[in-house]
Amino acid sequence: MADFLALHLGLPLAGATLLAIILKILVITVPLLIAMAMMTYMERKVLAAIQLRQGPILVGPFGLLQPFADGLKLLTKETIIPAGANRAVFLIAPMLTFIMALIAWAVIPFGEGLVLSDLNVGVLYLFAISSLGVYGIIMSGWASNSKYAFLGGLRSAAQMVSYEVSIGFVIITVLLCVGSLNLSDIVRAQSHVWFCIPLFPMFVVFFISALAETNRAPFDLPEGESELVGGFHTEYSAMTFALFFLGEYISMLLMSGMTSVLFLGGWQPFPFLGFIPGPLNLIIKILLLMFVFIWVRGTLPRYRYDQLMRLGWKVFLPFSLIWVILTAGFLVYFDKLPH
Amino acid sequence: MILPALAFYLFAAVLVLSGMLVITARNPVHSVLFLILAFFNAAGLFVLIGAEFVAMILVIVYVGAVAVLFLFVVMMLDINFQELRKGFLRYLPAGLAVGAALLAELGLVISGWVYAGPADSVRAAPTPESVGNAQALGDLLYTQYAYVFEASGLVLLVAMIGAIVLTLRSRKGTRRQVIADQVSRRRDDVVAVVKVRTGEGV
Repeated sequence: MADFLALHLGLPLAGATLLAIILKILVITVPLLIAMAMMTYMERKVLAAIQLRQGPILVGPFGLLQPFADGLKLLTKETIIPAGANRAVFLIAPMLTFIMALIAWAVIPFGEGLVLSDLNVGVLYLFAISSLGVYGIIMSGWASNSKYAFLGGLRSAAQMVSYEVSIGFVIITVLLCVGSLNLSDIVRAQSHVWFCIPLFPMFVVFFISALAETNRAPFDLPEGESELVGGFHTEYSAMTFALFFLGEYISMLLMSGMTSVLFLGGWQPFPFLGFIPGPLNLIIKILLLMFVFIWVRGTLPRYRYDQLMRLGWKVFLPFSLIWVILTAGFLVYFDKLPH
Repeated sequence: MILPALAFYLFAAVLVLSGMLVITARNPVHSVLFLILAFFNAAGLFVLIGAEFVAMILVIVYVGAVAVLFLFVVMMLDINFQELRKGFLRYLPAGLAVGAALLAELGLVISGWVYAGPADSVRAAPTPESVGNAQALGDLLYTQYAYVFEASGLVLLVAMIGAIVLTLRSRKGTRRQVIADQVSRRRDDVVAVVKVRTGEGV
């Protein structure tokens, strides 16, 4: 792409390389933001269907333009900063949430060679970025100088740190089967069988931990409106609130993407549906997982906080640890370790 | 290449600056946030020398776990800054004396330092070209230094058990959910059907 730009635009090669990188970033982020907007529409429609309602129908055909109307509304509203808030941290927190959700997409492989940055430590990068998402929430909780926001921030920090531990072990089982930290290699290793079949229990643990990691129902305690008003974003309004919202949906999309890459074979085609091109496969998988996210929200009641912690530390952690040992033992005994 | 050099100076400058701000910031929460910034820039420096595995582990362990817990504790502190700064002038000479003593010791150590020529040959070799970063580290840790590595794991385990023993206490009067009790409850134990005559009560 850089060569093409250098040839046709008459740019120096360094400039063309930079332009190519920026174009690639835009090709990922712009559809992502539109997808996020449509995700809010999909969530409202699916929840409405679950509850036998119609959902948004008035703005545009089938209410399709509703998310854009909402976005414009948030954009034109006034940003209120509470008098007791720590201004700098208060404003940095939503930006951090949003940026952390976006930069993780740099390593997601959309197809054979279709990846912005083919990092050798791609999985670790994803893990690091997803563990940083907690900072936006914890900072907003503290900087708001409000007890509801603060309690929400504390809950969220404890919850995300707890579930990261089991996510780490789940990732290790996958890595044991692949023998590489590169996400493209992980997808290639699933060309015969998707990892969700041999590692099915880990797939379930990972998806439930993803729900907890993104603060989604039934683990949405950091913003449990029946106890904490709005949780960590109680004091936020207008665009700062919108950034939290964007960040939450994009990290949901990211977690779906991670699940697809680790367990559902990324861009590998569905069985009997080999004619679908690679990137579309990944998108369909992400959409299916997003539907499950919404389905879970419409079905399950919120967990109590001690139950959440019990599930994380006393059920998932020992279970995933045992599964790591089992997988490693199996691979060593049958001499199936990848080299 | 000018870009890596620029990136190095950017990371290094922000690292040193945020390191200074960690100890000079008035608000302890700001201190922790600057500490996190410092960790990030250190990770950036690791990436620049090609140690991407160490960089990612630094971010995951220090920024993703340790600093979160730091922030967790520091946020809940209720510090009276006026109280804290009250004895500043009185303790200043003592603090300066300790600092001067440490500086003098450092000076002595560095002035007596001699470059050991033969050490060059046993210095760890840089990552070979053919294997990745993580693999090279794993090869070294799990073969040559396996026992030391396992021993350090044991030390951490002992520390973890110690921390749990020190902090775990069962207070009287707290209500806990015992799942086994709930599951093993039978209808007969908790529900009694009684016939109540009107006007007589149970």
